[in-house]
Amino acid sequence: MANLKDLKNRISSVKSTRKITKAMQMVAAAKLRRAQEAAEMSRPYAERFNAVMAGLAASVGGSDSAPKLLSGTGSDKVNLLVVMTSERGLCGGFNTNIVKKARAHAQELLAAGKEVKILTVGKKGRDQLKRDFGDHLVGHVDMTEVKRLAYSDAQGIAKDVLNRFDGGEFDVATVFYSDFVNVVSQIPRAHQIIPATFEASEDEGASTLFDYEPSEEAILADLLPRGVATAIFSGLLENAASEQGARMSAMDNATRNAGDMIDSLTIQYNRSRQAVITNELIEIISGAEAL
Amino acid sequence: MAETMQFDLVSPERRLASLQVTSVQIPGADGDMTAMEGHSPTITTLRPGVLSVDGPDGTADYVVTGGFAEIRADGVSVLAERAVPKGDMTQEHLDEMVEEAKSMYSKAKEAFENEPGPVDDAAKLLSDMVAMGEHMGLTAKQ
Repeated sequence: MANLKDLKNRISSVKSTRKITKAMQMVAAAKLRRAQEAAEMSRPYAERFNAVMAGLAASVGGSDSAPKLLSGTGSDKVNLLVVMTSERGLCGGFNTNIVKKARAHAQELLAAGKEVKILTVGKKGRDQLKRDFGDHLVGHVDMTEVKRLAYSDAQGIAKDVLNRFDGGEFDVATVFYSDFVNVVSQIPRAHQIIPATFEASEDEGASTLFDYEPSEEAILADLLPRGVATAIFSGLLENAASEQGARMSAMDNATRNAGDMIDSLTIQYNRSRQAVITNELIEIISGAEAL
Repeated sequence: MAETMQFDLVSPERRLASLQVTSVQIPGADGDMTAMEGHSPTITTLRPGVLSVDGPDGTADYVVTGGFAEIRADGVSVLAERAVPKGDMTQEHLDEMVEEAKSMYSKAKEAFENEPGPVDDAAKLLSDMVAMGEHMGLTAKQ
């Protein structure tokens, strides 16, 4: 039987673990609210942007003069996967789910005889992908220093991606991130950014005929690189919210488990204490009887 | 009183304005234009400049760079990559933006030695920035 002192130490150590996970949960809850707000604030921009782009793409897309960012390079041999994960752990299956999705995609492409290059954003994804796809990693963006996501962060990543594209390093780019549904559910998603795809909203846009100034092609050429940045930015924001959501529920579970553990350890402690007392009593009584 | 229309100014990070206005002066890439209610539907890209809104509640000025404006008969949406209320614009902001434009210009000069297109674009961006600063009474460091 475990001795009393050991049990006592175990209980106090689990108690302090519970304090830490509880604190982490509350911090994550506060950060989640902020991240969610940021994600919501960015939505009007992304929605309008995509609606306009969808209209533009539909009218220019068919012609030969369409920019490469929209029509593609004409091949899909080399694929760039931009895998966005978090910088910190202790957030349940958040990073693993994104990486799993990216890994499945990469294996599929490799099996089809295509070339795969991986750009990671966030340390955790790189650590996990390094094992299987070490040779395919072409770059890493460190977000440790970023306290509050700004559009310029997304612009930096977009610039990197576009430079690689202009340099002919890849034909197709896909971003991987986690879509925030609610606190308990985050869905990993893949979104192709080059060649650009826009979900056309049916309700408007198609019905109105716009004048374009300067020409449609010029506007498209100006806006497509911005579209890449916008797509990356919304991915980053969704990811930030998802990360905090995942951490919050993971820490909630951990806190509950620690509570259960404390309960069972306390029962065990009380039982052993009782046993020790009973033992002592038996010794005293049998000693007195022997006299 | 003139008819009003819906005006939205959004940047990727937040919505700066959403109100009823009578007219909006937009710094378009091909020149300034003023949109009022009933304007023909137009999409134009922006050059760095000052966007002025005139409405029943008074006027407001915003400094915008990069992005586009979508004019519909019933309203105007401006999607600017960076937008700052003119009152909040300081010398530091301008310096930072001019600095950025300058570095883009020098990069473009290196990268496209024999193609004038991108270099001219970058040069235009830089001079737009400087002109915008002068317009606002701030001087750009040369």
